[in-house]
Amino acid sequence: MQIFGKTQDNLWTLIAAPTIWAFHFLFCYFLAAYQCAPNADPFTRIGGTRLAIGVVTVVCLVLIGLIVRRSWREWRVDGGGTRNNQDTPEARERFLEFSTLLLAGLSFTAVIFETMPVLLIGDCR
Amino acid sequence: MTQATLYPSDAPNQDDEEVRRGQEERLRKVWAAPKGWRYWSAVNNTEVGIWYTAVAFGFMLFAGVLALMMRVQLAVPDNDFLSATFYNQVYTLHGTAMMFLFAVPIFEAVAIILLPQMLGARDLPFPRLSAFGFWCFVIGGVFVCGSIFFDAAPNAGWFMYPPLTTREQYTPGYGPDIWLLGLSFIEVASIAAAVELIVGTLKCRPPGMRLNLMPLYGWYVLVVAGMILFAFPPLIAGDILFELERLFDWPFFDPSRGGDPVLWQHLFWIFGHPEVYIVFLPAIALVAMIIPTFAQRPILGYSWIVLAAVGTGFISFGLWVHHMYTTGLPSISLGFFSAASEAVAIPTGVQIFVFIATLLTGRVIFSVPMLFVSGALATFVIGGLTGVMVALVPFDWQAHDTYFVVAHLHYVLIGGMLFPLSAGIYYYWPIVSGRRLSDRLGKLAFWLMFVGFNVAFMPMHYSGLAGMARRVWTYPESMGVGAANMVSSISAFVFAAGFLVIVWDVLRPRSKEPYAKRNPWNAGTLEWLSEMPGESWGVRSVPIVTTRYPIWEQPNFIDDVDKGRFYLPDATDMKRETLITSVLDGSPLQCLRVPGPSFMPMWAAIFTGAVFIFATFHWWAATIGAMVLSLVSIIVWLWRGTAQIPEVREKEVGLGLKLPLYESGPQSIGWWAMFITMLGDATAFMGLIFGYFYFFTIHVDFPPPTTVGPGVLWPTVALMLFAAAWASALLARWSNRAEHVGVARFLMAAGVVLSLCASASLLWGPYTTGLDPSAHVYPATVWVLAIWTAVHGAVGSVMFGYCLARSITKRMTPAHDIDLSNVALYWHFMAFTAFFTIATLAYFPMSV
Repeated sequence: MQIFGKTQDNLWTLIAAPTIWAFHFLFCYFLAAYQCAPNADPFTRIGGTRLAIGVVTVVCLVLIGLIVRRSWREWRVDGGGTRNNQDTPEARERFLEFSTLLLAGLSFTAVIFETMPVLLIGDCR
Repeated sequence: MTQATLYPSDAPNQDDEEVRRGQEERLRKVWAAPKGWRYWSAVNNTEVGIWYTAVAFGFMLFAGVLALMMRVQLAVPDNDFLSATFYNQVYTLHGTAMMFLFAVPIFEAVAIILLPQMLGARDLPFPRLSAFGFWCFVIGGVFVCGSIFFDAAPNAGWFMYPPLTTREQYTPGYGPDIWLLGLSFIEVASIAAAVELIVGTLKCRPPGMRLNLMPLYGWYVLVVAGMILFAFPPLIAGDILFELERLFDWPFFDPSRGGDPVLWQHLFWIFGHPEVYIVFLPAIALVAMIIPTFAQRPILGYSWIVLAAVGTGFISFGLWVHHMYTTGLPSISLGFFSAASEAVAIPTGVQIFVFIATLLTGRVIFSVPMLFVSGALATFVIGGLTGVMVALVPFDWQAHDTYFVVAHLHYVLIGGMLFPLSAGIYYYWPIVSGRRLSDRLGKLAFWLMFVGFNVAFMPMHYSGLAGMARRVWTYPESMGVGAANMVSSISAFVFAAGFLVIVWDVLRPRSKEPYAKRNPWNAGTLEWLSEMPGESWGVRSVPIVTTRYPIWEQPNFIDDVDKGRFYLPDATDMKRETLITSVLDGSPLQCLRVPGPSFMPMWAAIFTGAVFIFATFHWWAATIGAMVLSLVSIIVWLWRGTAQIPEVREKEVGLGLKLPLYESGPQSIGWWAMFITMLGDATAFMGLIFGYFYFFTIHVDFPPPTTVGPGVLWPTVALMLFAAAWASALLARWSNRAEHVGVARFLMAAGVVLSLCASASLLWGPYTTGLDPSAHVYPATVWVLAIWTAVHGAVGSVMFGYCLARSITKRMTPAHDIDLSNVALYWHFMAFTAFFTIATLAYFPMSV
C-alpha cells in the first residue's frame, strides 16, 4: 500500500512507531486511572475499559504493522542489505528504513507487552 | 571527486607553507582564549567544557566523601559517628549531588568538549549559552552543597516526598527550599545544554556526514538531549507546585484540602526514571566510540545501536511508576508499568550484544580503556538483572526501600556510568591535555575500583533481603547484618582509593613528559584529528566526510585537513566561523558566525541565580531586584550578541563554495533553538495540565460543585486578546518581510499592549470570582495555570518590545528578521498554551 510511491525517510518517520507505542501506553494508563483512581469501588469490573484498550491496541498494532510493511518493502527494494555506510542517498535511505523496521518491531512487541495486564486483571483492586 | 578538481583557480594555494602559516596565525588569533582575568569570559567549547567537567568531578568527590561518611556510620551496629538528623542530610545530599551535580552535568560537559570535535565543527552553535549553563550549574551546585556546612542541607531523601517535606513541623528550616530552588536553577542549565546539543548534532555536522555516517556518539547525544527536553520540565512543574505549597501554603500535596502527595511522586518520577537513562546512555555512547578503536574494526550493527538508543529513549518514559509500586495504585496501572519496565530490557540488551559481537569479530587490543569497558559491561549486566527482578511488582513489594534496591541502583549507575566514564577519561585524556594517562596507574585504579565496588555492593543484596532498610542511620545488632556491613564499608574505601588513583593520575604534574603522538590509539573518528597539544580552533579545516571512520577509510585524510584543503581553512574576516549543514545529508547551508568571549552569560547566570537564592530565604525585595537585573542582563546579551547583520550577504568558504552569512526563519539555528526550547516549555506546561487532570481523576467531584471561578467571561476575553496578539505577531512578521516596516512596527507596539491586557484579563477571572488558592487544591490549580500563562504572555510582550526596538534601531530589517521570526514562533507556542489553559479552566468544567 504505497499511495504516494516511495517515502523519503527522515527522523520523523524513524520515530513514528515508538510514538504510537507512547500514545498506546498513555491511553492505557490514563483510561485505567480515570476508571480506578477515585478508588470509590475497587471491586467493580472494568470490562468497558479493557475492551476500549483492546480496540486501541488493535488499531495501534495495525498502524505499526503498516510502518513495518512500508519500511520492509522499501528496504527490500533498496537491496535489503544491512550495509549502509556508503556516502549515497540510497545508503542513507536504506539505513533509515532498516532502523525504522527495527524500531517498529520493538514497538510492536512493547505494545503487546503493555496489553498483557488487561488480559489478566478485571477490576480496580 | 578529488579535492583538486574542486579548487577554483583563484583559491589560495594550500600547498604553499607561507599561505598556510598566515591562515594559522589568523585562526589562532580569532579562536584564542582571553588572557588574564578575562580568561573567565571565555565561551569556546574547549574552555567551558573543561571547566564544566572539572566542576562536575569536584561535586562527585564531595558526594563521594559523604558516601564514605555513611559507610563509616554503618560499619558497625548502633553506631553514633553521625547523628540521625545529620545522617539524613548526608544521604540526601549524596544522592542529590551525584544525580543532579555529577551524573547529568558530566554528560553535558563531556559532550560540550567532544561533540564539536567529533563533528569537525569549530564550536557548538551557541557557545554563550553553554557558558551560561556552566555558570548556572556552578552557582546552583555550590548553593545546594554549601548548605550542609551550615547544618541546613535538605534532609528528606533525594526525591523529597511530601508531606514529610511540605510540613514545617517535620522538616523545619530551609532544606527543602534549597533543594527545590537550587536544583530548579540547575535544571534550567540542563535544558540550555540540551538545546545546544540537539542543534549541534542536527545542524553542525561536517559536509557529507549524512545521518547514516554520524558517529554513534552523535546519535546518543541526540536521543539524550531529546530526553532531557521531555524529562526535566515535568520536574520543574513539580518544583513550582511544591514551592508554592511551601512558600504560600497552596495545598497541592495536602489531602485535607483536596491535594495529593502522590502527584509529586508522579511528577518527580516522570523526570526521575528517564533520568536514569539520561545518565546511562551518554556513558554507553563513550563505550560505542571506544570499542571499535580497540577491536580495530567498525562497529558491527550500527542500525541496531540506533534502535537501542532511540528505543530506550522512548520506553524509558513508560517506567516511572515502578518507583511507586507501594503507593497503592490499582494493580492494572502497576501492570502497565511493569510491562514497560520489562520491555526496556530489550533495547538495553541489544546494545550490549552489539558491543560483544564487535569485540568477537575484531582483533582486540587490551588497554586501560578496554579494561574499564569490560568492567562496565559485567557490572551493568548484574545491575540490569536485578533491575528485571525489581521491575516485577510482587518482588518489588518485598525489596522496596531496602538495601537490595541500593545495591541494584549502584550496580546500574556505577557499571553503566562511572566505569564507562573512567574508560572515557583514559581514552580521551590526550584530546584534553595532549598527554596520555599512565597505564600502570590506570590498571591499579581499575582493579581497586572493580574489586572494591563489587565487594562493597554485592553484600548489600543480602543485607537488603535480610530486612535492612535504606536511609535509616543505624541498625540493631540482632538484625544479623553487621558482618555484611563491615565488609561493605571496608570495600567502599578500597573503591574510593581506586578513584583517587585516577584523580592523582589526572592532576599530577607532568610538564616534563612528552606529548602523546597524534591519534595515539589509532582511532578512526574525527575527534582524533586533534593535534597534541590541541589548537583552540578545534579543526584546521572543516572536512568533507564520506565514511563512518574517515581517518581509517578516507585516503590522505589527516593531511588534507591539516593542509587546509577543505572548508574554512582561514579566518579572513577575523571572526569565529563554523558551517551549518542540512539535517539528512549534511549539505552546507550557511557559514555561521559564532560569538566570542563575553562576561554577559556569567552576569546573567549570577543574577538569575540570585533570584532563586533570595527567594529561598524569602527576601522578596531583593528577589524582585535580581529578577530585573537578570532580565536586563539577558536583554543586553541578546541585543549585543545575536542576529548581527553581516557586512556582506555571502562569503567564500573554500573549495569554490559561497554560503550566506545570515539566515532567518526555519533556516536559522536560532529558530531551531527557539523551537526546541519551547517544546521543553510546553512539556512543563503539560506537567501542570497533568496536575489538573490528575486531581480530576482522583476526585469524584472536580471542580468542587460549590466553586464558581474562574468563570467563562474573563477567560474568554483573555483568549480573544491572546489570539489578537498572536495574529499581530504573524502579521508583523509578514508585513516586515513585505517591506511595510511602518505597519510592522505598529503591529509590534499593538502586540506589547495586547499581550499584557490578555495576561491581566486571564488573572482577573480567578481574582474576581474570589478563588482563594490556599483554601483548596482546585483554586490553587486554577491560579497556577493562569499565572503560568500570564507570565508567558508578559514575556511575549517583552519580546514584542524588543523586536520593535531592533526595528527602530535598524538592527532588524525586512531582509534580516531573525528576531521577529523567532518571536512569531514563540507566539505559536504561546497561543497553544493560552488555548489549552483557557479550555481547561473555563470550558472543560462546563462539559463534565
